[in-house]
Amino acid sequence: MTCEQTLIEQLQAANTDGTPLAIEGGGSKAFYGRACEGRPCLVGGHSGVIDYTPAELVISARAGTPLAELEAVLEQAGQMLAFEPPHFGTTATLGGTIACGLSGPRRPYVGAARDFVLGVRCINGKGELLRLGGQVMKNVAGYDLSRLLTGSLGTLAVLLDIHLKVLPRPENDVTLVQTCTADEAILRCNSWAGQPLPLSGACHTDGQLHLRLSGSAQGVAAAAATIGGDTCEDGPDFWQRLREQQLPFFQDDTPLWRLSVPPAAPGLSLDGEQLLDWGGAQRWLKSLATPEHIRDVTAANGGHATLYRHGDSNGTVFHPLPPGMLALHRRLKQSFDPAGILNPGRLYAEL
Amino acid sequence: MPEDTFIHLLQTRLPAHCILSHPDELRPYECDALSAYRQLPLVVVIPETLQQLQDTLRLCAQHKIPVVARGAGTGLSGGAMPLGNGVLLSLARFNRILELDTGNRIARVQPGVTNLSISSAAAEHGLYYAPDPSSQIACSIGGNVAENAGGVHCLKYGLTTHNIQALEILTIDGDPLTIGGPALDSPGYDLLALLTGSEGMLGIIYEVTVKLLPKPAAAQVVLAAFDSVDAAGAAVTATIASGIIPAGLELLDRPAIHAVCKFIDTGYPEDASAILLCELDGSQEDVTAQIERVSHIYRDAGATELKVSRDEAERQRFWAGRKAAFPAMGRLSPDYYCMDGTIPRKHLAAVLNRIGELSAEYDLPICNVFHAGDGNLHPLILYDANMAGELERTEELGGKILELCVAVGGTITGEHGVGLEKINQMCVQFNAAELQQFHAVKQAFDPQGLLNPGKAIPTLHRCSEFGAMHVHHGQLPHPELERF
Repeated sequence: MTCEQTLIEQLQAANTDGTPLAIEGGGSKAFYGRACEGRPCLVGGHSGVIDYTPAELVISARAGTPLAELEAVLEQAGQMLAFEPPHFGTTATLGGTIACGLSGPRRPYVGAARDFVLGVRCINGKGELLRLGGQVMKNVAGYDLSRLLTGSLGTLAVLLDIHLKVLPRPENDVTLVQTCTADEAILRCNSWAGQPLPLSGACHTDGQLHLRLSGSAQGVAAAAATIGGDTCEDGPDFWQRLREQQLPFFQDDTPLWRLSVPPAAPGLSLDGEQLLDWGGAQRWLKSLATPEHIRDVTAANGGHATLYRHGDSNGTVFHPLPPGMLALHRRLKQSFDPAGILNPGRLYAEL
Repeated sequence: MPEDTFIHLLQTRLPAHCILSHPDELRPYECDALSAYRQLPLVVVIPETLQQLQDTLRLCAQHKIPVVARGAGTGLSGGAMPLGNGVLLSLARFNRILELDTGNRIARVQPGVTNLSISSAAAEHGLYYAPDPSSQIACSIGGNVAENAGGVHCLKYGLTTHNIQALEILTIDGDPLTIGGPALDSPGYDLLALLTGSEGMLGIIYEVTVKLLPKPAAAQVVLAAFDSVDAAGAAVTATIASGIIPAGLELLDRPAIHAVCKFIDTGYPEDASAILLCELDGSQEDVTAQIERVSHIYRDAGATELKVSRDEAERQRFWAGRKAAFPAMGRLSPDYYCMDGTIPRKHLAAVLNRIGELSAEYDLPICNVFHAGDGNLHPLILYDANMAGELERTEELGGKILELCVAVGGTITGEHGVGLEKINQMCVQFNAAELQQFHAVKQAFDPQGLLNPGKAIPTLHRCSEFGAMHVHHGQLPHPELERF
């Protein structure tokens, strides 16, 4: 029996007897989201690239495909997953990456994981095999459910196959470093983001602003002259360690918060240390302040806060939803998974 | 409830000038840009305030009156065609730009604002709104969101779904919901993606936050002529394979070139079998480097003529031909029908050849002008609606073309939406379980099924009548399931 058939039968049985399932790819992002009890539903065995013609700018692969393997295939053809998903370990799979919907440093300039998802094959909570979206760039037939599933943490369906848009690797990447305060970094990043410059990364940590430019040699050189700063020789290493949370900032057991705010929002005055990524739109906070306070301050600045690591995984991890929104989420969950068997509680206790 | 009574109830809540009920007043609303389908609504409501919009929806929910939302009415798939027993809800008076936030590069606008006016308003800050459907001077942003509209720059800049950040919607019960926000993402499910392209079936949009991008410093167009569509198709593949993502990459075939050249002066070589328009944008340094590479690629691919726009006027002139393609067809033929399928680009030549065969079989000429870079085809079928049976033959031919797109792994609509037009072909693209999942999602938003019912997602019953769904021994799959 194929892995796919096994999964379908497992879901059908669980739907019938109401057994909760905990979906697992490579387990690299088990820390992310709320704790979830359930019989293991293992997707890692459903692995391999299905179709890849570089000139189509589309890759189709099974959910259990190791992310490293997928990226190696793309790199050979001079292409990449432009949203630079973090792996958080060697076991990371494509399915887990899309289910978590995480994106790396390039996100504000090229788009998030959801922007590159063209379609999926998946199994809903009733054990029905669904093909949603497609494998072409433009497709508006039916509701856009494949993007809805992106970042839904497995609470709506088990992903089987994923079709992604991919992009050519830039001919050149150059990293510049400037010394400035966090507040000054926010101003600079947003001023440049409003100008036609080939920015592909902007991170402030430890008193230094790192800026990455990507494109043709001529274009990058011209932009570097406009922006200024010292050229950073180990740029690729910096962005890689930022993406994988391996910079010194992240070597800490203090609760780590992800604050997603409007990029030009002024510095948030919260106890603890902050690292700015995404040109100011994503701020990492190490803090012992109360969750309520952190959420209030973030929300007052137009954003939302996620307790990313080192927090109480039985508590509230993601920013609470207003009542009407939560009710809608519950109805949507029910439409995919009426018995509530898929990763119950992983996103919100009520889902 | 008698129809008059419902209209009277509306009149007690809204000012008289916001309600149209006389047949002469209803006539302009009987169709959108898919004018082959027409239907007078029960009543047209054109609210001016959020309160009026809420009151209208609440009355509809209370009395189970269906609601069809309408922006500028430029949609090509019949998504805004009214229902005879329903309210046609025009958002035309929600037409203000509420805020330009240049720091965060977003704009908050009301749904009736036209696509182009957003870019015009942002221009003084060096910013613009990227999606540019060909109807951009007239189409409204609310409609763009409802249809997930595209345009010629999608390959590089994405569709509407990639370029909006938040929506304020009302549910059918008139309750407001904020979807997304000023940050780049929001907690919970990605409802922004779900709402975009949902064709007015999940909620009524009353505010849109769009992303603004810095206007590229330079943009130039390479025009390349080829002696066959196959050669032009191969050149498209070679462009993408080289690692260049053009801002736009459009293909016109011989009939389209002829029509355009008769219509306006574009500088197109008239004897070409196919023309590629490849726009490159970025810094001047980037553009110059890319033009050199693209020119080289097209020469290698057998281009018979190559022109590079020397200034903005010439760039506009090259695009003018592409933009005039549809009106130019209108001169050649009393009527034309614009299709909208997307295919994996590798099947381009085979699909175009098969479309040529179908054109001969049905004895209806077809021109092709399309977004070659992302495989989004727009075959244009020329016909005469006054000839008995010709519209029906045209629709059948159109259906065959869409089914061909699905057969090669593509989709029945790249950017125009399903609406009424392609609802039968939805049965070809999706199976019963998938359609049921779509209906279940709609129910989560609109349990009474009052928002634009009958559009976009076919009932299983309709599919079985259309004959596309696999019906075994006269039984539908999942006979235990309710038929919507």
